[in-house]
Amino acid sequence: MTDQTSPAELVRRSLKRRYRKERRFRAYGILAIVIALSALLVLFADIISKGYTGFIKTTITLDVTLDPEVMYLEDPTDPDELSMADFTAPIVRALQEELPDAQDKTAERELARMVGTYAPNRIRDLLKDSPELLGTTQTMTFLAHDRVSVYVKHADNDMYSIRLSEQQIEWVDQLREQGIIDTAFNDVLFSTGDSREPTNAGILGAIVGSLLTLVVTLVIAFPVGVAAAVYLEEFAPRNRLTDFIEVNINNLAAVPSIIFGLLGLAVFIGLFGMPRSVPLVGGLVLALMTLPTIIISSRAAIKSVPPSIREAAEGIGASKMQVVLHHVVPLAMPGMMTGSIIGMAQALGETAPLLLIGMVAFIVDVPEGFLDSATALPVQIYLWASSAEQGFIELASAGIMVLLTFLFTMNALAIWLRKRLERRW
Amino acid sequence: MIKLKAAVASVAVAGAMAAMSTPTLARDTINIVGSSTVYPFATVVAERFGRNTDFPTPKLESTGSGGGMKLFCSGVGTQHPDITNASRRMKKSEFELCQSNGVEKITEVRIGSDGIVLANSKDAEKMDLSLEHIFLALAKDVPDPEGGEKLVANPYKNWSDVDSSLPDKPITVMGPPPTSGTRDAFVEIAMEGGCKQYDWIKSKDKKEMRSICHNLREDGAFIEAGENDNLIVQRLVRDNDTLGIFGYSFLEENRSKVQPSTINGVEPTQETIGSDEYPVARSMFFYVKNAHVGVVPGIKEYVEEFTSEGAWGDNGYLVDVGLIPNPRDVRMKAAKKAKQLEPMTGDEL
Repeated sequence: MTDQTSPAELVRRSLKRRYRKERRFRAYGILAIVIALSALLVLFADIISKGYTGFIKTTITLDVTLDPEVMYLEDPTDPDELSMADFTAPIVRALQEELPDAQDKTAERELARMVGTYAPNRIRDLLKDSPELLGTTQTMTFLAHDRVSVYVKHADNDMYSIRLSEQQIEWVDQLREQGIIDTAFNDVLFSTGDSREPTNAGILGAIVGSLLTLVVTLVIAFPVGVAAAVYLEEFAPRNRLTDFIEVNINNLAAVPSIIFGLLGLAVFIGLFGMPRSVPLVGGLVLALMTLPTIIISSRAAIKSVPPSIREAAEGIGASKMQVVLHHVVPLAMPGMMTGSIIGMAQALGETAPLLLIGMVAFIVDVPEGFLDSATALPVQIYLWASSAEQGFIELASAGIMVLLTFLFTMNALAIWLRKRLERRW
Repeated sequence: MIKLKAAVASVAVAGAMAAMSTPTLARDTINIVGSSTVYPFATVVAERFGRNTDFPTPKLESTGSGGGMKLFCSGVGTQHPDITNASRRMKKSEFELCQSNGVEKITEVRIGSDGIVLANSKDAEKMDLSLEHIFLALAKDVPDPEGGEKLVANPYKNWSDVDSSLPDKPITVMGPPPTSGTRDAFVEIAMEGGCKQYDWIKSKDKKEMRSICHNLREDGAFIEAGENDNLIVQRLVRDNDTLGIFGYSFLEENRSKVQPSTINGVEPTQETIGSDEYPVARSMFFYVKNAHVGVVPGIKEYVEEFTSEGAWGDNGYLVDVGLIPNPRDVRMKAAKKAKQLEPMTGDEL
C-alpha cells in the first residue's frame, strides 16, 4: 500500500458519478409524472372530443296549424278523441309548407321521420292543457329525429354513418339554410330521465338517483363511522379483541365493492324483502362500502389531535365524554369530513354493487323518493355506452363529463375544507 | 367489529321497517327483467307506453334470458318481477321452477324473430360460412379429420384448416356468455345444425349428441364477451381477424362498421330471416305473470301496446329498431291470446 489516497480524494473521484446518478433519478421521477399526465390528457381529450356534441341539440322550429280536420280531433277535452287523433299530420303539413315539392305518400312518411319520435306528443299535451288553441297556428320548436341530429352534427365524421335517404339529406340542407333546423344548448340532457331516443335522453334521473343514494349513504355511514372511530380511539381498551376489530376494518376497506352488492342482495332484498332498484337499498350497500374508509380517516384525524389538549381539558376537570365531545371531535372534524367526502366520491363512482341490486335498469321517470326505482350516474353512462344507437356515443361521453364535474367538485370541497379548517400544532 | 355489525344491522332493520311501513311497497311501476336481445325492443315499447298513457313507465332490467327466468319464477308478490323477456322459449325446467314457487299462471307471447349473425370488420374479407364450418371451428371436440367415427380435441387453428375455401386467418370468435339467450340459440341452431351433418353423431342419443354439439372450445379461439354487444363491435373494428356473434338488430345499427358473413350462402336480411331462409334465426318471447295483473296497474295495457299492429306489425315502430315481425295471421292469433291472458299448460314446451 504505497499509493495513499486521502478520503477527500475518494469523494472527489466519485462525485461526478454520484451527481449523474442523482440527475438520472430525478429524470425518472419527471418521466413518471409525464407518463401519468399524458395518459390523463389523452383520456380527457378523447372524452371531451367525443362528448361535447352531447351538449348540443338539433331543433326544428315550425309554424304548426292545429287544424281539427287534419288531426281528426273535434274536442280536445275528450280523452278518447285525444288518444285516437293524429298529431303527426300537422307537423308533416307544416314541413310541406316549407318544402312544397314533398307531396306524395312516401315523402310524407320520410318527413314524419325527420322530427323526433315524441314531437307529436308535444302537440297532444299542448291541446290537452289548453283546448282553446285548436284551430290556431302556433310556432313550436321540436327536437329533430335522432338520424337528422347525427347528420347535422357529424356529417363529416366517419365514426358515424348517416342513415337518412338522399332526399331527406337534401331537405335537411335546405331547412338548415332557412334556419328552420338549428342547433342549441341541449337542455333536455339536464331536465329529463333516460330515453331510448338519444335526442330525448337526459341525465337528470341519474343525477337525482345518485343524490338520493348518497344521502342515504351519508346519513348512515357518517354517524356510524365517526361513532365507531371515536369509541375505538378514545374509549376501547387495547386488547386482542380491539386489535382483531382493527385488522378487520382495514381488510373491509380493501374488499371489492361487488361483494357488498352480493351482501345487499342477500340481506336487504332477500331477507328484509326491500324492493329492487331503489336508492334506499343502494345507499345502504354503499354505506357499508364506505364505512371502513370513514372509520380509518376519522381515527387518523382523532389521533392527530395533540394529547396536550386532552390533558388540559382533563386538568380543569372535564369528564372523558366532555373531553371527546367538546374538544377532540370538533378539532378532528375537518379530517373526518375530508375522509367522508372522499368516501362519498368513491361511492358516487360505483357501479358494480348497484348491478346486483337492480339499479342498472332502463328507468325513464325521474325518481321522487328513496323508494322509487332509480339508476345512478355511472350506471347511466354504462347503459348509454352499451346502447346500439349512434346518438348515445356522445351522450355517454357527455355523461362522463358530468360525473367528473361532480367528482372534481367533491374533491375540491374536501381540499378546501382541509385548508380552511385544519389547525396545525 | 361486533359493535359495528350490531350498529349496521340495527340501521338496516330500521331501514327495512321504514320500507315495510311505506305504502309504495305496493308497487305501481311494472317491473320487467330478462333477455338483453329483447331489451332494445321492450324498452321502446315501455317508453311509448309511459309517454302515451297515464301509467308510469315500466322499469326494465337486462339480466339475460336465464337470469330473468330465475327472478321471474322466484315467486308471486310485488318484490318479484311481473314480466320476463326471453330470446328463447321457456325451458320445461324453468316452467316447473315457476310452478313450485307458486307462479302458476303464465302467459307466453311470441314477439317476432331476430337473426344471429357472425360479423367482422368492414375492412376485413367477407366470410362465406356454412353451419358445418361454424361447428368445426368452434366445437370443443370435433370428428377426427383423419376420418373415422371418433372425436378429437379441436385441432383447427386457422379458418383455412377447416376448409381450404376460407381465408388463412386465425380462428377468433367473440360471443355472448352462457346466461345469454343469444348464446343458447346460437348453440342450438348453428352449432347443432353443423354437428348434425355428421350422421354418426346425429344417430347418437339426444343427450350424448348435445354434449358433443353444444360444447364450445375453451382454448382461446372462442372468447366470451359480456352481455355488452358494443364491446364486441369495438373489438371487431380494431381487430380484423376477429368475428363476433350478435343479434341482427345490433348489426343494423352498426352497418357502417361491420359486415355479416353469409351462412350457407344466405345473406342475413329482414326478408331472409323472416322467411327462415337464413338458417340462424330465433324467436323472441315475453312471459307475463297473470297473478300480478290487476295488482300492479298497467300490465294488461302494456301487453296490448306491445301486441298492437302499430308496434309489432309490418310497419310498426319495432321494425325501425330491427324486429322481424311474425306473419300477420300468427300475430293476430298471438295478440288475441295475449289479450285474454291465456295461461300456458306446460305441455307445449
